[in-house]
Amino acid sequence: MIPVKFDYLAPTSVEEALAALGEHGDDAKILAGGQSLLPVLRMRLNAPEVVIDLNGISSLRGIRDDGDAIVIGAMTTHHDVRDHELVKEHALLLAKAAAEVADSQIRHRGTFGGALAHADPAGDLGAPALALGAQFVVQGPGGSRTVEADDFFVDLFETAIGDDEILTEVRIPKHTGWGAHYEKFVRVAHQWPIVAVAVTVKGSIDEARVGLTNMGSTPLRARATEAALAGASATEDGVRAAAEQAAEGTNPPSDLNGAADYRQHLARVLTGRAVLKAAGAA
Amino acid sequence: MTKIELTVDGAAVSDDVEPRMLLVQYLREKLGKTGTVIGCDTSNCGACTVHLDGTSVKSCNVLAVQANGRTVTTIEGLADTAEGDLHPVQEAFRECHGLQCGFCTPGMVMQAVDLLGENPNPTEEEVRLGMEGNLCRCTGYHNIVKSVLHAAEQTGVKA
Repeated sequence: MIPVKFDYLAPTSVEEALAALGEHGDDAKILAGGQSLLPVLRMRLNAPEVVIDLNGISSLRGIRDDGDAIVIGAMTTHHDVRDHELVKEHALLLAKAAAEVADSQIRHRGTFGGALAHADPAGDLGAPALALGAQFVVQGPGGSRTVEADDFFVDLFETAIGDDEILTEVRIPKHTGWGAHYEKFVRVAHQWPIVAVAVTVKGSIDEARVGLTNMGSTPLRARATEAALAGASATEDGVRAAAEQAAEGTNPPSDLNGAADYRQHLARVLTGRAVLKAAGAA
Repeated sequence: MTKIELTVDGAAVSDDVEPRMLLVQYLREKLGKTGTVIGCDTSNCGACTVHLDGTSVKSCNVLAVQANGRTVTTIEGLADTAEGDLHPVQEAFRECHGLQCGFCTPGMVMQAVDLLGENPNPTEEEVRLGMEGNLCRCTGYHNIVKSVLHAAEQTGVKA
Protein backbone atom coordinates (compact mmCIF):
# COMPACT_ATOMS: atom_id res chain seq x y z
CA MET A 1 0.00 0.00 0.00
CA ILE A 2 1.32 3.42 -0.88
CA PRO A 3 -0.06 6.86 -0.13
CA VAL A 4 -1.92 9.01 -2.61
CA LYS A 5 0.40 11.43 -4.40
CA PHE A 6 1.33 14.55 -2.47
CA ASP A 7 3.76 17.44 -2.65
CA TYR A 8 6.51 17.32 -0.08
CA LEU A 9 7.82 20.39 1.71
CA ALA A 10 10.77 20.28 4.11
CA PRO A 11 11.00 23.67 5.83
CA THR A 12 14.05 24.45 7.95
CA SER A 13 12.40 26.96 10.30
CA VAL A 14 9.09 27.17 12.16
CA GLU A 15 8.31 30.41 10.31
CA GLU A 16 8.78 28.67 6.97
CA ALA A 17 6.56 25.79 8.12
CA LEU A 18 3.86 28.21 9.29
CA ALA A 19 3.97 30.04 5.96
CA ALA A 20 3.49 26.72 4.13
CA LEU A 21 0.64 25.81 6.47
CA GLY A 22 -0.95 29.21 5.89
CA GLU A 23 -0.68 28.81 2.15
CA HIS A 24 -2.05 25.28 1.89
CA GLY A 25 -4.45 25.24 4.84
CA ASP A 26 -6.72 22.20 4.95
CA ASP A 27 -4.92 20.60 2.01
CA ALA A 28 -1.77 20.24 4.10
CA LYS A 29 -0.77 17.82 6.83
CA ILE A 30 2.12 18.24 9.25
CA LEU A 31 4.57 15.32 9.35
CA ALA A 32 6.43 14.92 12.66
CA GLY A 33 7.83 11.45 13.38
CA GLY A 34 5.32 9.95 10.98
CA GLN A 35 4.74 6.80 12.99
CA SER A 36 0.98 7.39 13.05
CA LEU A 37 0.66 9.58 9.96
CA LEU A 38 2.42 7.30 7.49
CA PRO A 39 0.22 4.28 8.29
CA VAL A 40 -2.81 6.58 7.91
CA LEU A 41 -1.56 7.80 4.52
CA ARG A 42 -0.74 4.26 3.39
CA MET A 43 -4.19 3.01 4.30
CA ARG A 44 -5.52 6.10 2.52
CA LEU A 45 -7.58 7.16 5.51
CA ASN A 46 -6.26 10.61 4.75
CA ALA A 47 -4.96 12.06 1.49
CA PRO A 48 -3.40 15.51 1.98
CA GLU A 49 -2.21 17.31 -1.13
CA VAL A 50 0.80 18.68 0.71
CA VAL A 51 2.91 17.12 3.45
CA ILE A 52 4.99 19.53 5.54
CA ASP A 53 7.85 17.62 7.16
CA LEU A 54 9.19 19.21 10.37
CA ASN A 55 12.24 16.94 10.61
CA GLY A 56 14.51 19.58 9.09
CA ILE A 57 13.78 22.11 11.86
CA SER A 58 16.55 21.48 14.37
CA SER A 59 15.25 24.08 16.85
CA LEU A 60 12.28 21.79 17.55
CA ARG A 61 14.51 19.05 18.94
CA GLY A 62 16.06 18.81 22.37
CA ILE A 63 15.36 19.15 26.07
CA ARG A 64 16.46 22.06 28.23
CA ASP A 65 16.30 23.25 31.80
CA ASP A 66 14.25 26.41 32.25
CA GLY A 67 14.22 27.11 35.97
CA ASP A 68 11.05 25.66 37.45
CA ALA A 69 10.30 23.61 34.33
CA ILE A 70 11.98 21.44 31.75
CA VAL A 71 11.17 22.21 28.14
CA ILE A 72 10.86 19.42 25.58
CA GLY A 73 11.04 20.33 21.90
CA ALA A 74 8.09 18.95 19.98
CA MET A 75 10.30 16.95 17.60
CA THR A 76 12.27 15.20 20.35
CA THR A 77 11.93 11.44 19.90
CA HIS A 78 10.40 9.11 22.48
CA HIS A 79 13.79 7.42 22.69
CA ASP A 80 15.47 10.70 23.67
CA VAL A 81 12.73 11.60 26.17
CA ARG A 82 13.11 8.20 27.80
CA ASP A 83 16.87 8.52 28.22
CA HIS A 84 17.34 12.20 29.03
CA GLU A 85 18.80 12.97 32.45
CA LEU A 86 16.65 16.10 32.91
CA VAL A 87 13.50 14.06 32.29
CA LYS A 88 14.57 11.29 34.65
CA GLU A 89 15.39 13.82 37.36
CA HIS A 90 12.44 16.21 37.06
CA ALA A 91 9.68 14.31 35.28
CA LEU A 92 10.33 10.64 35.88
CA LEU A 93 6.77 9.78 34.89
CA LEU A 94 7.44 10.92 31.33
CA ALA A 95 10.60 8.85 31.08
CA LYS A 96 8.67 5.80 32.23
CA ALA A 97 5.76 6.39 29.86
CA ALA A 98 8.03 7.15 26.88
CA ALA A 99 9.68 3.77 27.45
CA GLU A 100 6.29 2.12 26.97
CA VAL A 101 5.39 3.74 23.63
CA ALA A 102 5.00 1.10 20.90
CA ASP A 103 8.39 -0.51 20.25
CA SER A 104 12.05 0.37 19.88
CA GLN A 105 11.95 1.22 16.16
CA ILE A 106 8.88 3.44 16.59
CA ARG A 107 10.46 5.18 19.59
CA HIS A 108 13.52 6.02 17.50
CA ARG A 109 11.37 7.88 15.02
CA GLY A 110 8.16 8.93 16.78
CA THR A 111 8.14 12.31 18.49
CA PHE A 112 6.85 13.64 21.79
CA GLY A 113 5.04 16.57 20.23
CA GLY A 114 3.72 14.56 17.33
CA ALA A 115 2.13 12.00 19.62
CA LEU A 116 0.52 14.70 21.78
CA ALA A 117 -0.75 16.67 18.79
CA HIS A 118 -2.15 13.47 17.27
CA ALA A 119 -4.13 13.06 20.53
CA ASP A 120 -5.02 9.41 20.17
CA PRO A 121 -6.88 8.64 23.41
CA ALA A 122 -4.93 5.39 23.61
CA GLY A 123 -1.60 7.21 23.22
CA ASP A 124 0.81 6.78 26.10
CA LEU A 125 1.92 10.38 26.59
CA GLY A 126 -1.31 12.33 27.07
CA ALA A 127 -2.12 11.04 30.55
CA PRO A 128 1.40 11.67 31.91
CA ALA A 129 1.49 15.15 30.35
CA LEU A 130 -1.88 15.92 31.90
CA ALA A 131 -0.87 14.52 35.29
CA LEU A 132 2.30 16.64 35.30
CA GLY A 133 0.41 19.82 34.37
CA ALA A 134 2.24 20.27 31.07
CA GLN A 135 2.00 23.59 29.24
CA PHE A 136 1.80 23.38 25.46
CA VAL A 137 3.50 26.13 23.47
CA VAL A 138 1.93 26.57 20.04
CA GLN A 139 3.11 29.00 17.43
CA GLY A 140 0.95 30.62 14.77
CA PRO A 141 1.19 33.52 12.36
CA GLY A 142 0.63 35.97 15.22
CA GLY A 143 3.28 34.50 17.53
CA SER A 144 3.32 31.96 20.35
CA ARG A 145 0.76 31.19 23.01
CA THR A 146 0.65 28.70 25.86
CA VAL A 147 -2.16 26.22 26.40
CA GLU A 148 -2.61 24.62 29.82
CA ALA A 149 -2.85 20.83 29.99
CA ASP A 150 -6.48 20.93 31.10
CA ASP A 151 -7.42 22.85 27.94
CA PHE A 152 -5.18 21.09 25.42
CA PHE A 153 -7.04 17.83 24.81
CA VAL A 154 -10.43 18.63 23.30
CA ASP A 155 -11.79 15.37 21.92
CA LEU A 156 -10.81 12.25 19.98
CA PHE A 157 -7.76 13.23 17.88
CA GLU A 158 -8.56 16.87 18.57
CA THR A 159 -6.49 19.42 20.48
CA ALA A 160 -6.48 23.17 21.10
CA ILE A 161 -3.85 23.61 18.35
CA GLY A 162 -5.38 25.90 15.69
CA ASP A 163 -5.45 25.04 12.00
CA ASP A 164 -2.74 27.62 11.36
CA GLU A 165 -0.60 26.68 14.36
CA ILE A 166 2.20 24.23 15.15
CA LEU A 167 3.07 22.74 18.55
CA THR A 168 6.68 23.80 19.13
CA GLU A 169 7.50 22.75 22.68
CA VAL A 170 6.05 21.43 25.90
CA ARG A 171 6.94 22.84 29.32
CA ILE A 172 6.83 20.33 32.13
CA PRO A 173 6.80 21.83 35.65
CA LYS A 174 9.57 20.15 37.62
CA HIS A 175 8.48 17.28 39.85
CA THR A 176 11.96 16.71 41.19
CA GLY A 177 12.26 13.61 43.32
CA TRP A 178 8.66 12.51 42.78
CA GLY A 179 8.19 8.76 42.41
CA ALA A 180 6.47 7.60 39.24
CA HIS A 181 5.00 4.63 37.46
CA TYR A 182 3.16 4.02 34.20
CA GLU A 183 1.03 0.90 34.40
CA LYS A 184 -0.08 -0.23 30.95
CA PHE A 185 -2.48 -3.05 30.26
CA VAL A 186 -2.10 -4.68 26.84
CA ARG A 187 -2.99 -8.06 25.47
CA VAL A 188 -0.23 -8.10 22.87
CA ALA A 189 3.28 -6.65 23.13
CA HIS A 190 3.78 -3.22 21.55
CA GLN A 191 0.07 -2.60 21.07
CA TRP A 192 -2.01 0.35 22.22
CA PRO A 193 -3.09 0.12 25.85
CA ILE A 194 -6.59 -1.11 26.60
CA VAL A 195 -6.23 1.06 29.68
CA ALA A 196 -3.14 2.62 31.24
CA VAL A 197 -2.58 4.67 34.38
CA ALA A 198 0.11 7.30 34.88
CA VAL A 199 0.98 8.10 38.47
CA THR A 200 3.49 10.38 40.10
CA VAL A 201 3.68 10.91 43.84
CA LYS A 202 5.59 13.18 46.19
CA GLY A 203 6.85 11.32 49.23
CA SER A 204 4.73 8.42 50.35
CA ILE A 205 2.27 10.10 50.04
CA ASP A 206 2.13 13.90 50.37
CA GLU A 207 0.68 14.59 46.93
CA ALA A 208 -0.37 12.44 44.00
CA ARG A 209 -1.20 13.01 40.34
CA VAL A 210 -3.08 10.31 38.46
CA GLY A 211 -3.67 10.34 34.70
CA LEU A 212 -5.81 7.82 32.82
CA THR A 213 -5.19 6.60 29.25
CA ASN A 214 -8.05 5.39 27.05
CA MET A 215 -10.77 6.00 29.61
CA GLY A 216 -12.63 8.50 27.43
CA SER A 217 -12.17 10.57 24.31
CA THR A 218 -9.26 12.43 25.93
CA PRO A 219 -6.74 11.66 28.67
CA LEU A 220 -8.28 12.23 32.10
CA ARG A 221 -7.21 13.03 35.65
CA ALA A 222 -8.53 10.79 38.42
CA ARG A 223 -9.08 13.74 40.73
CA ALA A 224 -11.10 11.94 43.41
CA THR A 225 -8.30 9.43 43.79
CA GLU A 226 -5.71 12.21 43.89
CA ALA A 227 -7.62 13.92 46.70
CA ALA A 228 -7.98 10.67 48.63
CA LEU A 229 -4.25 9.96 48.31
CA ALA A 230 -3.06 13.35 49.58
CA GLY A 231 -1.65 12.70 53.02
CA ALA A 232 -2.49 8.99 52.89
CA SER A 233 0.07 6.38 53.80
CA ALA A 234 1.32 4.14 51.03
CA THR A 235 -0.16 0.97 52.40
CA GLU A 236 -1.93 -1.62 50.30
CA ASP A 237 -5.31 -1.02 51.98
CA GLY A 238 -5.14 2.78 51.93
CA VAL A 239 -4.08 2.93 48.31
CA ARG A 240 -6.64 0.39 47.15
CA ALA A 241 -9.39 2.36 48.89
CA ALA A 242 -8.33 5.56 47.12
CA ALA A 243 -8.04 3.72 43.82
CA GLU A 244 -11.68 2.62 44.12
CA GLN A 245 -12.58 6.14 42.95
CA ALA A 246 -10.27 6.10 39.92
CA ALA A 247 -13.02 5.48 37.38
CA GLU A 248 -15.33 8.23 38.68
CA GLY A 249 -16.51 10.48 35.90
CA THR A 250 -14.92 8.40 33.14
CA ASN A 251 -16.70 7.39 29.97
CA PRO A 252 -14.50 4.74 28.36
CA PRO A 253 -15.24 3.12 25.01
CA SER A 254 -16.59 -0.39 24.57
CA ASP A 255 -14.85 -2.30 21.79
CA LEU A 256 -13.40 -5.70 20.93
CA ASN A 257 -10.74 -5.28 23.62
CA GLY A 258 -13.23 -4.76 26.41
CA ALA A 259 -16.51 -3.26 27.51
CA ALA A 260 -16.72 0.06 29.30
CA ASP A 261 -17.35 -1.48 32.74
CA TYR A 262 -14.36 -3.79 32.24
CA ARG A 263 -12.21 -0.76 31.49
CA GLN A 264 -13.48 0.97 34.63
CA HIS A 265 -12.57 -2.11 36.63
CA LEU A 266 -9.13 -2.08 35.05
CA ALA A 267 -8.68 1.61 35.87
CA ARG A 268 -9.30 0.93 39.55
CA VAL A 269 -7.00 -2.09 39.71
CA LEU A 270 -4.21 -0.53 37.66
CA THR A 271 -4.37 2.72 39.64
CA GLY A 272 -3.81 0.80 42.85
CA ARG A 273 -0.82 -1.00 41.37
CA ALA A 274 0.63 2.14 39.83
CA VAL A 275 0.36 4.19 43.03
CA LEU A 276 2.02 1.50 45.12
CA LYS A 277 4.85 1.19 42.60
CA ALA A 278 5.25 4.96 42.27
CA ALA A 279 5.45 5.27 46.05
CA GLY A 280 8.03 2.50 46.22
CA ALA A 281 5.66 0.30 48.23
CA ALA A 282 5.33 -2.55 45.71
CA MET B 1 9.81 14.10 -8.25
CA THR B 2 12.30 15.00 -5.57
CA LYS B 3 16.05 14.52 -5.78
CA ILE B 4 17.64 12.51 -2.98
CA GLU B 5 21.25 11.68 -2.19
CA LEU B 6 22.10 9.20 0.50
CA THR B 7 24.46 6.42 1.49
CA VAL B 8 23.10 2.88 1.40
CA ASP B 9 25.25 0.01 2.65
CA GLY B 10 28.36 2.08 2.21
CA ALA B 11 27.65 3.27 -1.34
CA ALA B 12 26.59 6.80 -2.29
CA VAL B 13 23.38 6.76 -4.34
CA SER B 14 21.23 9.49 -5.82
CA ASP B 15 17.81 9.32 -7.43
CA ASP B 16 14.70 11.21 -8.30
CA VAL B 17 11.79 9.77 -6.32
CA GLU B 18 8.14 10.51 -5.79
CA PRO B 19 7.63 11.97 -2.30
CA ARG B 20 5.12 9.24 -1.51
CA MET B 21 7.67 6.48 -2.10
CA LEU B 22 8.42 4.61 1.13
CA LEU B 23 12.02 3.93 2.08
CA VAL B 24 11.43 0.18 1.90
CA GLN B 25 10.08 0.49 -1.64
CA TYR B 26 13.08 2.58 -2.63
CA LEU B 27 15.49 0.00 -1.24
CA ARG B 28 13.75 -2.91 -2.93
CA GLU B 29 12.47 -1.48 -6.19
CA LYS B 30 15.07 1.14 -7.06
CA LEU B 31 18.19 -0.38 -5.52
CA GLY B 32 17.22 -4.05 -5.76
CA LYS B 33 17.98 -4.61 -2.10
CA THR B 34 15.33 -7.24 -1.64
CA GLY B 35 16.98 -8.56 1.51
CA THR B 36 14.80 -6.03 3.32
CA VAL B 37 11.28 -7.41 3.13
CA ILE B 38 7.76 -6.05 3.50
CA GLY B 39 5.82 -8.10 5.99
CA CYS B 40 2.69 -6.43 7.30
CA ASP B 41 2.70 -3.04 5.58
CA THR B 42 1.11 -1.58 8.72
CA SER B 43 4.28 -0.78 10.72
CA ASN B 44 3.62 -3.63 13.13
CA CYS B 45 5.83 -6.53 12.16
CA GLY B 46 9.34 -5.09 11.93
CA ALA B 47 10.39 -7.29 8.97
CA CYS B 48 11.46 -4.15 7.08
CA THR B 49 13.75 -2.89 9.87
CA VAL B 50 16.88 -1.08 8.67
CA HIS B 51 19.26 1.35 10.35
CA LEU B 52 18.87 5.05 9.58
CA ASP B 53 21.96 6.94 10.77
CA GLY B 54 22.74 3.99 12.98
CA THR B 55 19.42 3.44 14.73
CA SER B 56 16.72 0.94 13.87
CA VAL B 57 13.58 2.12 12.08
CA LYS B 58 10.75 0.43 10.23
CA SER B 59 11.47 1.36 6.63
CA CYS B 60 7.79 1.06 5.66
CA ASN B 61 7.22 3.97 8.03
CA VAL B 62 9.79 6.38 6.62
CA LEU B 63 9.56 8.19 3.29
CA ALA B 64 12.47 7.76 0.91
CA VAL B 65 12.78 11.56 0.73
CA GLN B 66 13.31 11.60 4.49
CA ALA B 67 16.49 9.58 4.02
CA ASN B 68 17.99 12.38 1.95
CA GLY B 69 21.49 13.18 3.21
CA ARG B 70 21.47 10.28 5.59
CA THR B 71 23.00 6.83 5.92
CA VAL B 72 21.00 3.64 5.59
CA THR B 73 22.27 0.18 6.47
CA THR B 74 20.26 -2.86 5.41
CA ILE B 75 20.73 -6.53 6.14
CA GLU B 76 22.77 -6.67 2.92
CA GLY B 77 25.32 -4.19 4.21
CA LEU B 78 25.65 -5.49 7.73
CA ALA B 79 28.50 -7.95 7.29
CA ASP B 80 31.93 -7.10 6.04
CA THR B 81 31.43 -8.91 2.76
CA ALA B 82 34.97 -8.15 1.62
CA GLU B 83 36.05 -10.82 4.04
CA GLY B 84 33.09 -13.04 3.24
CA ASP B 85 32.12 -13.10 6.88
CA LEU B 86 28.73 -12.95 8.48
CA HIS B 87 28.02 -10.33 11.11
CA PRO B 88 28.29 -11.85 14.62
CA VAL B 89 24.52 -11.55 15.02
CA GLN B 90 23.95 -13.36 11.71
CA GLU B 91 26.41 -16.03 12.89
CA ALA B 92 24.46 -16.39 16.10
CA PHE B 93 21.14 -16.80 14.27
CA ARG B 94 22.73 -19.55 12.17
CA GLU B 95 24.36 -21.19 15.16
CA CYS B 96 21.16 -21.20 17.27
CA HIS B 97 18.80 -21.77 14.35
CA GLY B 98 17.02 -18.53 15.14
CA LEU B 99 14.53 -18.90 12.33
CA GLN B 100 11.93 -21.15 10.85
CA CYS B 101 10.63 -19.80 7.55
CA GLY B 102 13.15 -16.96 7.65
CA PHE B 103 10.88 -14.17 6.49
CA CYS B 104 11.20 -12.10 9.66
CA THR B 105 14.93 -12.79 9.97
CA PRO B 106 16.35 -9.67 8.24
CA GLY B 107 14.33 -7.43 10.55
CA MET B 108 15.10 -9.55 13.59
CA VAL B 109 18.83 -9.37 12.89
CA MET B 110 18.78 -5.60 12.29
CA GLN B 111 16.83 -4.97 15.49
CA ALA B 112 19.08 -7.33 17.45
CA VAL B 113 22.15 -5.40 16.27
CA ASP B 114 20.55 -2.15 17.44
CA LEU B 115 19.55 -3.69 20.77
CA LEU B 116 23.05 -5.03 21.43
CA GLY B 117 24.57 -1.70 20.46
CA GLU B 118 22.53 -0.03 23.19
CA ASN B 119 22.76 -2.86 25.70
CA PRO B 120 25.69 -5.21 24.95
CA ASN B 121 24.86 -7.55 27.81
CA PRO B 122 21.06 -7.92 27.99
CA THR B 123 19.05 -10.29 30.14
CA GLU B 124 16.59 -12.63 28.46
CA GLU B 125 13.74 -10.32 29.47
CA GLU B 126 15.53 -7.30 28.02
CA VAL B 127 15.95 -9.18 24.75
CA ARG B 128 12.26 -10.08 24.64
CA LEU B 129 11.26 -6.46 25.37
CA GLY B 130 13.84 -5.02 22.99
CA MET B 131 12.57 -7.24 20.18
CA GLU B 132 8.89 -6.53 20.81
CA GLY B 133 8.52 -4.62 17.57
CA ASN B 134 9.42 -7.67 15.49
CA LEU B 135 6.89 -10.40 14.88
CA CYS B 136 7.68 -13.99 13.92
CA ARG B 137 4.55 -15.66 12.59
CA CYS B 138 6.13 -19.08 12.87
CA THR B 139 6.26 -18.05 16.54
CA GLY B 140 9.83 -19.27 16.77
CA TYR B 141 10.71 -16.65 19.36
CA HIS B 142 12.55 -19.00 21.66
CA ASN B 143 15.48 -19.59 19.34
CA ILE B 144 15.50 -15.97 18.24
CA VAL B 145 15.99 -14.89 21.85
CA LYS B 146 18.66 -17.56 22.26
CA SER B 147 20.40 -16.23 19.15
CA VAL B 148 20.52 -12.67 20.47
CA LEU B 149 21.84 -13.84 23.84
CA HIS B 150 24.40 -16.01 22.06
CA ALA B 151 25.51 -13.06 19.94
CA ALA B 152 25.93 -10.99 23.10
CA GLU B 153 28.11 -13.71 24.61
CA GLN B 154 30.19 -14.13 21.48
CA THR B 155 30.82 -10.44 20.93
CA GLY B 156 31.57 -10.11 24.64
CA VAL B 157 34.22 -12.82 24.27
CA LYS B 158 35.73 -11.10 21.23
CA ALA B 159 35.82 -7.71 22.97
